[in-house]
Amino acid sequence: MSAAAAASAAPPLRPWQAVRLLLLRNYMSYRRAWPLFLTGFLEPFFYLLSIGIGVGALVDSFSFGGREIDYATFVAPGMLAVSAFNGALMDSTFNVYFKLRLNKLYDQILATPMTTSDVARGEIAWGQLRGGIYATGFLLVMLAMGLIESWWALLALPAVLLLGFAFSAVCMAATTWMKSFQDFDKITLIQLPLFLFSATFFPIDTYPEPVRWLVECTPLYRGVVLCRELTTGEVSWASAVSVVYLVAMGLAGLWLVRRRLDALLLT
Amino acid sequence: MAAATPGSLGLREGIGRQVDYWATLWRRTWRGVIVSSFLSPFLYVLAMGVLLGGFVEADPDVLEGATSYLAFVVPGLIAAHAMQTAVSETTYPVMGMIKWQRVYESMLATPLEPRHVVGAHLSSVVLHLAVTCGLYNLVMVPFGVFEAWWSPFLAFVAQVLCGTAFAAIVYGYATRVRSEESFGVLFRVGVFPLFLFSGAFFPVVNLGEAGAWLARVTPLWHGVNLSRMLTLDHVTWWVAAVNAGVLVALVVLGWRWSVSGLQKRMIA
Repeated sequence: MSAAAAASAAPPLRPWQAVRLLLLRNYMSYRRAWPLFLTGFLEPFFYLLSIGIGVGALVDSFSFGGREIDYATFVAPGMLAVSAFNGALMDSTFNVYFKLRLNKLYDQILATPMTTSDVARGEIAWGQLRGGIYATGFLLVMLAMGLIESWWALLALPAVLLLGFAFSAVCMAATTWMKSFQDFDKITLIQLPLFLFSATFFPIDTYPEPVRWLVECTPLYRGVVLCRELTTGEVSWASAVSVVYLVAMGLAGLWLVRRRLDALLLT
Repeated sequence: MAAATPGSLGLREGIGRQVDYWATLWRRTWRGVIVSSFLSPFLYVLAMGVLLGGFVEADPDVLEGATSYLAFVVPGLIAAHAMQTAVSETTYPVMGMIKWQRVYESMLATPLEPRHVVGAHLSSVVLHLAVTCGLYNLVMVPFGVFEAWWSPFLAFVAQVLCGTAFAAIVYGYATRVRSEESFGVLFRVGVFPLFLFSGAFFPVVNLGEAGAWLARVTPLWHGVNLSRMLTLDHVTWWVAAVNAGVLVALVVLGWRWSVSGLQKRMIA
């Protein structure tokens, strides 16, 4: 009763105010880890140079959307999507687990006027901010290396953010079920096959028909193909399928996170 | 050499006294070792070697003597996997035993000295490397990547040597750094670029003249090259001698660096 009275006495926060506060908090606590932040930008770039250029010298051009493109042009948008995927996955599993179970940060936050929805939105927004910075850098590298073939590529940034949002929300929800660090092995068990087999390194028609269907239904493949369509300019109505898929996945994840945090922290 | 006086245990006996400790640790973790040393290399081989390899023209002149991209990439991947296993076993675990669980502190309160502790820990890592590389080679036999009956055996020795070199050097590093954030940077600017650019995935000549020479001075290239030459039975003997010599020298240097690092950190 008295807790309810105290909550009603505190001035309510609007969602954007709450998100802003959580972003500020995260910025202050990460300010000193800048070498880790900066080197994170190198990872997709190294992949692009090694696989795109080094391995690319061994591979003939691929056909995509009915025309031939060289290997680096094919691989680069895949790397862009994978980098957003990896970043979202790491941020919303390891970091969230740490804050939820080990240093009990969310318990402390919920003692303020913030709600579980604010926590979910704030953490996901923070991940997107980081991911957006890396993605912008990577797109500029692609532009400098001549791997962008269309103005549609401007939409690759929102596409990458959408992919990051979808994975952040679902992985954060999954993290609420984790009991120990051993559970993270299961994350790797999902991460690695998605990374290697989402038509990132080779065209999807490499697979036999049933496998191809399976891959088409996985979320990372939707992100990879969306990015590839945008940077090569092969956009069609089929691209909308990927967008709707990822939006639905993200919203479902967000809804689940809120329910799970309510159950874990407020009851 | 029985009944040594206190403070002058032989290296062999000092390591021998820790066998039961490491055996217990192994008994509790070997399942995870098998799964992790099996699954991730297998998926890499399938994706990069078989599927992507299907698009690579199999020209032995371009692929350093390999008749398929799969045969080219597998020996490189095994050597690179040995590096990654060695590094992950000598970073966080070593720091943990120094400052989190303080296992070394209790060990060194007995007649054991730093060289015994380092010797036993590194022996366990070498055993792990042998299991991982052995299984990996075994799984690759049906894919037909080995050109001679002795290839898998000699390549196995080269891969374990490569991993041991990294284990010894990184152990020395781990005894000297104060916070685990140094490892994050080591992975990003050391291990990861080596993995990608030391000739595991493509011939280093694709990097251009200067890039190729830069790759050839990295320790991983020596391991990858030796492993590949032996796997493909395409050996230039003087190059193999240089490769092996560099790796052995790194093991010796790393050993001394590790012992002196632990000595400084825990004793003096």
